[in-house]
Amino acid sequence: MMAAVIFIFSAAALLQFFISYCRSLIAASSKQVLSAEVKDVTGIQRFASGDDFKRVMQLLQLCPERPEDRNSVQAIDAYFSLLNFLRSTVARIFPSMHAWTESERGQCAYFAAVALERRISFSRDMLAQQMDA
Amino acid sequence: MPGLVIHVLDLLTALLQASIVVVSFARGYSRRYLTINLYLAASTIVLFLRYYILSRHGLLSEEYIYFYYYSDALLTIGLYFTLIGLYATVFEEMKAAQYLRVFTILLLIGTAAFSSAVVQQSGPRLITRYVVEMSQNLYFVGVILTYILWGAVLKLRETRTRVIQLVLSLGVYFSAFAGNYALRNLYPQLHFVWEFVPPTLGCLLPLSWAYAFWHIPEDARIAPSRLAVVPR
Repeated sequence: MMAAVIFIFSAAALLQFFISYCRSLIAASSKQVLSAEVKDVTGIQRFASGDDFKRVMQLLQLCPERPEDRNSVQAIDAYFSLLNFLRSTVARIFPSMHAWTESERGQCAYFAAVALERRISFSRDMLAQQMDA
Repeated sequence: MPGLVIHVLDLLTALLQASIVVVSFARGYSRRYLTINLYLAASTIVLFLRYYILSRHGLLSEEYIYFYYYSDALLTIGLYFTLIGLYATVFEEMKAAQYLRVFTILLLIGTAAFSSAVVQQSGPRLITRYVVEMSQNLYFVGVILTYILWGAVLKLRETRTRVIQLVLSLGVYFSAFAGNYALRNLYPQLHFVWEFVPPTLGCLLPLSWAYAFWHIPEDARIAPSRLAVVPR
């Protein structure tokens, strides 16, 4: 009985901490302005839509990984899957939740675009270092 | 094979933890986050000792299981001090350091008394259900303490991004472990699954702390109200 109560409370706390952690990752990157080049490649101008996420993630996988952002990209990927799940289940019952999930999905796509920007400049730096060597 | 997977995961975690401590010293913020660095250093030493015992005695040996659970309990108590360090950071403007010191001592005495009571009650069956129950309770206390700290962060409008990420990652870690141990208590027959979960979850905390220290500048700020699941 005690273990079941602890499990339920821990699962609820985990969900809340995980969502807040992902939102802190997103908020840290939301102030960054995308370069014209990344805007062209991703099709994202000022605001991103949740539908852009999959495409931006595919572009992201084409670039060499930066060890520093691997963990955060995976966390946001998991958060996006959670949002998709909420959108197809709970948001059907509560329409206000639909707008929230849409906005969050868009911010996930923007986070992925910022990560893409960083990976492109990382690749350029690596290439420049190789050319110098 | 299971031993090899756990070896690799523990080794990667130890290397990451050691590199966070080294970089903290090199960049000069080791004193500011002293409790975190001490915890990471202690955890690295414990992981290397576990590696030594695992390679000498094997995964299912009594020596390894005893050392694993005792060191895990001690590291969890170490994490309480890390948490208290974060409390001190969040409450530093309120000059509450003295109260926090008293609270830390009381917490340590309480945890030691509780753990000792559990150990005495369990007697020779320590390795079986009781040790899992003790770990579950230790982690659950951690969840509650982190939850209170997160509430304080929101209430006091703490804006330092690094501190917020350190608190949240600690919350994810404690709740994932508490949930895992609770499930383990509920379904002990699935022991082949539970063997792999702690080393996998164990990587998460140093990974998220490495991100917070190496990627987030000290002066980065964020509005905590934006992070609450329920909008404020």
